[in-house]
Amino acid sequence: MEATFPIACRPFGQDYVLPMNESVDHMSELPLSELIVCPKCDALHRISEVGPDEQAACARCGTLLITPRPLSFLHVIALSFTAMILMIGAIFFPFLRISAQGLSHNSSIFGAAMAFSEGFLAPLAFAVLLMIVALPALRFAALIYTLWPLAANRPAWPRSAQAFRLAEALQPWSMAEIFVVGTAVALVKVAGVASISFGPAFWAFGTLIIVTALKNAFMSKWSIWEAIGPR
Amino acid sequence: MNVLTARAAGLIGCTRCGRVWPGEASHCGRCGAPLAPVTTISLQRVWAWWFAGLIAYVPANMLPMLRTATLGHEQANTILGGVIELVAHHNYGVAAIVFIASIMIPVAKFIAIGYLALIVAHEKFAGSHRHLHLYEVVEFIGRWSMIDVFVVAILSALVQLGFVASIHPGPAAASFALSVAFTMLSAQNFDPRLIWLPPLGTDKA
Repeated sequence: MEATFPIACRPFGQDYVLPMNESVDHMSELPLSELIVCPKCDALHRISEVGPDEQAACARCGTLLITPRPLSFLHVIALSFTAMILMIGAIFFPFLRISAQGLSHNSSIFGAAMAFSEGFLAPLAFAVLLMIVALPALRFAALIYTLWPLAANRPAWPRSAQAFRLAEALQPWSMAEIFVVGTAVALVKVAGVASISFGPAFWAFGTLIIVTALKNAFMSKWSIWEAIGPR
Repeated sequence: MNVLTARAAGLIGCTRCGRVWPGEASHCGRCGAPLAPVTTISLQRVWAWWFAGLIAYVPANMLPMLRTATLGHEQANTILGGVIELVAHHNYGVAAIVFIASIMIPVAKFIAIGYLALIVAHEKFAGSHRHLHLYEVVEFIGRWSMIDVFVVAILSALVQLGFVASIHPGPAAASFALSVAFTMLSAQNFDPRLIWLPPLGTDKA
């Protein structure tokens, strides 16, 4: 059976690709820059023009390969700045307040990480600070650095590729949204014993999660890599 | 469907940015990421992190996760001990959540990664969409296990009401965090392209 060599393109929201029966020999004539490979299954595809309402998926495993979105660079920059400002607020304002039997206690996000600062758990305090504050902030900064010149149609700044690759690699380790859901679980656990009130930092952090999700939705990795271009 | 892969065409694809390079390239010329050929050798890293995660998971369950002091009465709870106590207090809903998030999901992750790493070398199962979905679920869920560590951090920071009630973290928090991180690294090192590797000897590469 002859190998097929599909064009990576499908109408948005539909579940099929347009396979094109090009022979394998024909492929050697194509420059490599016209090809895209699926990171999940290694299938080769030929890049075609993907319209603003379309997204390209792998013909074999269905992984999304190209999801172009108009205005995406500017959106991502704006949302990253918003997220940075919210993060600063989230660190410095009080986060939660507990009160029971006439006693009360405040905690900030910094204080939550510092809960581990006694004794040999201290490295964990550092790791928690990294995961909920430092790495998300570093990701936003790297994205702004990468996209700032690209949004103005200027050539990428030096080391943009490294900065964007760092931002991508840090994604699984920046866990701000998990921390917020953790707050909910903690509240359920103490709900019967004490009453809890939210400080401004809680709302800042909660908004940060929504902003981060929006930013991820607006981001098209492929378009950013295309715009950074070869080094 | 017979699909041409970069491997079969003598090329190598960048798993970070999707660009295609000649087979002998070592780094992606666009994003600078190292290019990894599709080989089962990469499974060694998966197993190394898998065992590290499993070793860290043992003290995470044996040692106390939380030390709770209420009105002069101090109590240290392991993860399972906390679940049992919640059941004893008839908090079945919260007990179920903690049991699923802290015990069932971590164990299921070990089983799923181990199963994938064992099965991809078997040509009988090549190209299973179910295996790809399993991998995507493990990759998505992996980081959420860290929620336990954050809950301990929030409770310990918040519940500081002196004699009435205070909560301190136990050593299990650190080993649990390590176990989650190691399992995440194990999953990240698993190359999903191996799922599609055709039976050896039938493809070009």
